[in-house]
Amino acid sequence: MNNGCIIETRDLRKTYRVGKVDVPALRGVDLRVKPGEFLAIVGPSGSGKSTLFHIIGGLTPPTSGQVEVDGQDLASLTDGGRTRLRKRTVGFVFQKFNLLPNLTARDNIAVARYISGAKGPPGPQFEEVLRVLGIDQRLDHKPNALSGGEQQRVAIARAIVNHPAILLADEPTGNLDTENSRAVLEILRDLNQRLGQTILMITHNPEAAAFAHRTIRMRDGRVME
Amino acid sequence: MTTKLVIENLKNKPMRSLLSFLLIGVPVTLILTLQGLATGMLRDAKDRARGVGADIMVRASSTTLAMTASADSVPEKYLPYFRNEVPHVKLAMGVMNQSIDFPLYITGIDQDQFNAMSGGFTYLAGHGLRGPDDILVDELYARQKKLQIGATVSLKNHQWHLVGIIEGGKLARVVVPLRTLQQVAGNGGPYVTQIYLKLDDPANTDAVVRYIEENTGLKVNTMDEITALYSVNNIPGLSEFIYVVMGIGVVIGFAVVCLSMYMAVLQRTREIGILKALGGSRSFILRIILAEALVLAIGGTVLGILMSFGAWWLIRTLVPSSLPMTIVPLWWPIAGGITLVGATLGALYPGLSAARHDPIEALAYE
Repeated sequence: MNNGCIIETRDLRKTYRVGKVDVPALRGVDLRVKPGEFLAIVGPSGSGKSTLFHIIGGLTPPTSGQVEVDGQDLASLTDGGRTRLRKRTVGFVFQKFNLLPNLTARDNIAVARYISGAKGPPGPQFEEVLRVLGIDQRLDHKPNALSGGEQQRVAIARAIVNHPAILLADEPTGNLDTENSRAVLEILRDLNQRLGQTILMITHNPEAAAFAHRTIRMRDGRVME
Repeated sequence: MTTKLVIENLKNKPMRSLLSFLLIGVPVTLILTLQGLATGMLRDAKDRARGVGADIMVRASSTTLAMTASADSVPEKYLPYFRNEVPHVKLAMGVMNQSIDFPLYITGIDQDQFNAMSGGFTYLAGHGLRGPDDILVDELYARQKKLQIGATVSLKNHQWHLVGIIEGGKLARVVVPLRTLQQVAGNGGPYVTQIYLKLDDPANTDAVVRYIEENTGLKVNTMDEITALYSVNNIPGLSEFIYVVMGIGVVIGFAVVCLSMYMAVLQRTREIGILKALGGSRSFILRIILAEALVLAIGGTVLGILMSFGAWWLIRTLVPSSLPMTIVPLWWPIAGGITLVGATLGALYPGLSAARHDPIEALAYE
C-alpha cells in the first residue's frame, strides 16, 4: 500500500458486538486520500462514517481489512501504538467541541501539547494561527465563557497544535449556527490551503461538503462514491 | 500540566473536595489526638513522679505500675524501718492513692514529710494542709472543676475544704492529709500505696535497692526506672489500641478516596475520553487520578493536623486535668503516611478503571 496516499484502506470491516448480536458497521471500505487533500464524507446515520473516522483516528481497531495512515499499518497496532498515533499523527475536531470544561482555552491547547511530549510554547507561527482563528484574545476564558463558534475554533487550534499529518473533523458544524458554521468551514479550508493540512470531514450538510475538494458518500457500511 | 488538571478538577467540585479533605482529616485527627493524649498523660505522670524528689519508690510486690496508684498494701510500719535500719536512707515518705474520676486520683500525704522530700508545693492561692479535712488541688483540676479557695469538695464520700491551689508537676493533682484518707478508705490499718525514699547520695541507689529486695518482699524501683516505665509500650494494650486506630485510619482513607475518586471518574468519563483522544496513555490517566488522590490525602492530612489543634484546645478547655494532651509533631508524618497509603490504595481501582475506559464510549458519555 501507500501509492502516495496518506490514508489508504482496503476491504476495511468493523463489526460491533451488541449483546449477543453482531452488528456490521463497515462492510469492506476502500478509500484513498492524498496528502493535502480536503475530503468530505457524507451519508445517513448508521452508514459507518463515524466508525471509519474512529478507525482512521486510532480510537478503535478494525475487525479485518487493511488500513494505513501516514505509513503506519493500523491493523497491527497495539493499544499503545494507537495512542501514539492519536498523539502525533491525527488531530480531532468533534461536533460537541469536547473541550475540557475546567481549563481555559489556552490550557486546553497546552494539554494537547503536553500529552504529545512537546516542550515549551507552540511558537510564533501558531500565534498567527490563533489570530487567523480569531481566538487570540479569548485564550484565558474557560469553555463556558466562549460561544459555540469560539469553542469550535479553540478545538481546531488544539487539534492542529502538534502539526498532525491528518485533521479528522466529525460534524464540526453540527452544533453551530449558519454564521459560525461558515466561519469554521472557511477556517478549515484556509488551513488546508495555507498549511497543506490533510482534512477528513464527516458531515450531513451538503453546503459544508462543498468546501472540500472531494466528497464521498457512504451507505450501509460501504463507500458509494 | 498534570498539577493544573488536578487542581482545576478539585476547584471545580469544591464541596466534594472539602468533604473529602474533612473525611480524610478525621482519622488523622483521631490518630494525633490519641497519640497526643497518651504522650501527654504519660509525660504528666512522669513529671509528677520526678517532682517528688525521691530516689527510690517501694510498692507491694503484687502491684504493677498501672495499679500502683490504687493498690494499698504496703504496711506503714515499713516507714520507721526504712528510716532507721536501711543504710543511706535520709527520708522516707508514705503516700496513699485512691481513684476518683478516671484517670484521676486523690493522694494522701504527710505535709511535713512531703515538704522535706520535694521542697513543698508552690501555692498559686491559699496555703498548705493544716486541718484533717483540708484539700489541695492543682490549677488544672481547679479550672476543670471551677473550684475556688474555700469551696467544699466532695470526694470519696467525704466533704473536704479547699485551702490551696498548687502548681502542677509534683506527685498529685488532688492532695489531702494521709491520716484522713486512710480513715475514709477504711482499709483496716495503717497502709500506704507507695513509699518514696530519698537517699543521702544518689550514687547509693543501686545498693539500697538491692538491700531492700534482699530484706523485704517488696517491689523496689529507682525513680529513673519508674519514669522510664512511663512509655506507651509499657501500658498494656495501648500500643495495640493505637495500631487499631491507625488501621481504621488507613481503611477510612481508602474508603473515602475510593468513593470520591470513583464518583469523580464517573463524572469525568467524557473528559477522560477527550484526554485519550488527544493521545493520553493509560498511565497518563492513572497518573492524574493518583495525583488527585495524593492532593486529597495531603489536604486531608493538613486539615487533620489543624483539627488536632482544635481537639487539643477543646480538651485543654474542658478537661485539662483529666486528659493532659500534647501536640505530637513527630506523628504528623506518620499520620500523613498512613493517609497516603490509604488514599493511594483507594485511588487504584477508580484510576485503573478510568485508564481502561474505551475512548469512543467515553466520548459518547453524557
